[in-house]
Amino acid sequence: MPDQQPNKPNGVPDDANTELSSAFPQTPTLGAMEVEGMLEKEDLTHAPEQSTETVAVADREVPRSLWQDAWRELRHNPIFIISGILIIFLIIVAFFPGLFDSTSPLKCDLSKSQNGPTSGHPFGFDTQGCDVYARTIYGARASITVGVFATLGTALLGTIMGGLAGFFGGPLDAVISRIADIFFGIPILLGGLVFLSVIPSRSIWIVVAFIVVLGWPQIARIARGAVITARQQDYVTAARALGAGNPRLMLRHILPNSLAPIIVVATIALGTYISLEATLSYLGVGLKPPTVSWGIDISAAADTFRNAPHMLLFPAGALCITILAFIMLGDAVRDALDPKLR
Amino acid sequence: MGRYVIRRLLQMIPVFIGTTFIIFAMVHALGDPVAALFGDKAPDPAVAAQIRQQLGLNDPLIVQYGNYMKGIFTGDLGTTFSGQPVTELLKTAYPTTLKLTLVAFTFEVIIGIGLGVISGMRRGKLADTGVMVMTLIVISIPTFVIGYVLQYLFGVKWGIADATVPEGAPIQSLILPGIVLASVSLAYVARLTRTTIAENSKADYVRTAVAKGLPRRRVVTHHLLRNSLIPVITFLGTDLGALMGGALVTERIFNIHGVGYYLYQGILRQNTPTVVGFVTVLVIVFLLANLLVDLLYAVLDPRIRYA
Repeated sequence: MPDQQPNKPNGVPDDANTELSSAFPQTPTLGAMEVEGMLEKEDLTHAPEQSTETVAVADREVPRSLWQDAWRELRHNPIFIISGILIIFLIIVAFFPGLFDSTSPLKCDLSKSQNGPTSGHPFGFDTQGCDVYARTIYGARASITVGVFATLGTALLGTIMGGLAGFFGGPLDAVISRIADIFFGIPILLGGLVFLSVIPSRSIWIVVAFIVVLGWPQIARIARGAVITARQQDYVTAARALGAGNPRLMLRHILPNSLAPIIVVATIALGTYISLEATLSYLGVGLKPPTVSWGIDISAAADTFRNAPHMLLFPAGALCITILAFIMLGDAVRDALDPKLR
Repeated sequence: MGRYVIRRLLQMIPVFIGTTFIIFAMVHALGDPVAALFGDKAPDPAVAAQIRQQLGLNDPLIVQYGNYMKGIFTGDLGTTFSGQPVTELLKTAYPTTLKLTLVAFTFEVIIGIGLGVISGMRRGKLADTGVMVMTLIVISIPTFVIGYVLQYLFGVKWGIADATVPEGAPIQSLILPGIVLASVSLAYVARLTRTTIAENSKADYVRTAVAKGLPRRRVVTHHLLRNSLIPVITFLGTDLGALMGGALVTERIFNIHGVGYYLYQGILRQNTPTVVGFVTVLVIVFLLANLLVDLLYAVLDPRIRYA
């Protein structure tokens, strides 16, 4: 063993050996086989050096995974910190709106209709005489719920469909890809106008379901590409040779290695889904009162925008800040997870 | 090239049938066109039955869809509830929307790619940071908010542009709506162009071009841009769908009597033939645009042609 030491690259210590012995528990160490085993070891110890030639490997003893690397990068990214704090704040507002406001968004006084900001009511009143500040605070819940659950839904459905298509290929791939093309062929806003306008009761969950149904092909395409790339890697061949079945290959080997691009696209999509919900509500096919939503408020305020701009500007401002926070988060995550951009 | 075109055309057939069928089925399965015809009043059952018979609503959905498709290929999209043929309505509405979309598309291409090139060439400099921050802000403001604010500022407060678009929609009055419609897509185009330019400017062929002494201008236009624009063109194709959807919003803000306006009216009144007809036509335009982009893609990138 010691004679092998000089050949080894500096940054990769015993760690690689333990990895090796776990992957090949019965490495032959006897007779003529020993040389072969050593050669193999050498190759494997060289390999990680070449493939992960990032600066990070050189300055630390233990090679880190993509996720640790990304997390390290994120912690030092001011954009991530700012958007993270904003998002935590928004989530608190969405869960506990009562903490920030004592008046109810549905308690309105017509005599104050369209009044501007006064003390105690910093954002003024809308046409129905409701407190715009209260409505802005309570509106966070609808937007964030739709954004988060639509993203989770599309990511889940898209990953499953795209993953199956990419993993099995052949006819299944052809079928899933064509189905994805069909849903991709309906522009989402047009589809919203048609589908949601014929559904009489539109709760938050209907809107979420609609976005998932029309939004999954975007993720599926990314997932399919990532899975096809991962499937051709040597570690998958190795795992298959060791007898791993399809489910194990998919869940343990391919999924973790194709997750990064999916997460990136999904995080950026979150912001656009919030914007989409507001646009649908604005067009009158999204959420309906008494649900308090920024889109509904902006839509209602639009007609009298010239006389009472505060009714539109405050909920619109809150909406923009929310979308901005999520898109900034998506940008930061992409920069961290996509080593090509570094 | 020929085989690629044929394969692409064949692939479009199931997509076309699937998309139109989903729209058709959703509208017919979830809404009742006869009840909508009577508005809030309950129809007389006998009359309702007769109308059902007339419109062929008693046939199975597949048969109805088949009849509808037959109509589309012979240029008949049915009649609206007011008795006007849908194609006629489309003829009055579509040119306006087409004009608006073209104005927006021009802004998107010129300003979007221009900003992207500037910022990609000067990565990390002030201009780059400025473009990035600006596009980030534009992306996070929904189109309708940008629309109202710009309409108020330019149209009402400063009086520079028309606040609403008059009948006939002359081009100069469509500039402001066009910018509003293009804004979000424009920001995406700028960002995408920046990324590909920045990536490709380190490529070997660019270095070769610089090394053999070509003027910078030629390196950028003939070598760098030609290669970097391929993903941008793909984006522009899929973005046509977003533009058409966005046109609904923009047309409502600026009171433009285009496809979006009539579509919106049709939805408010549950005028099924109008809605299905208009959306089907828009989807066909979208699919054709994507097909065109794919073919263009093959022209630009020989690797796809010969694959």
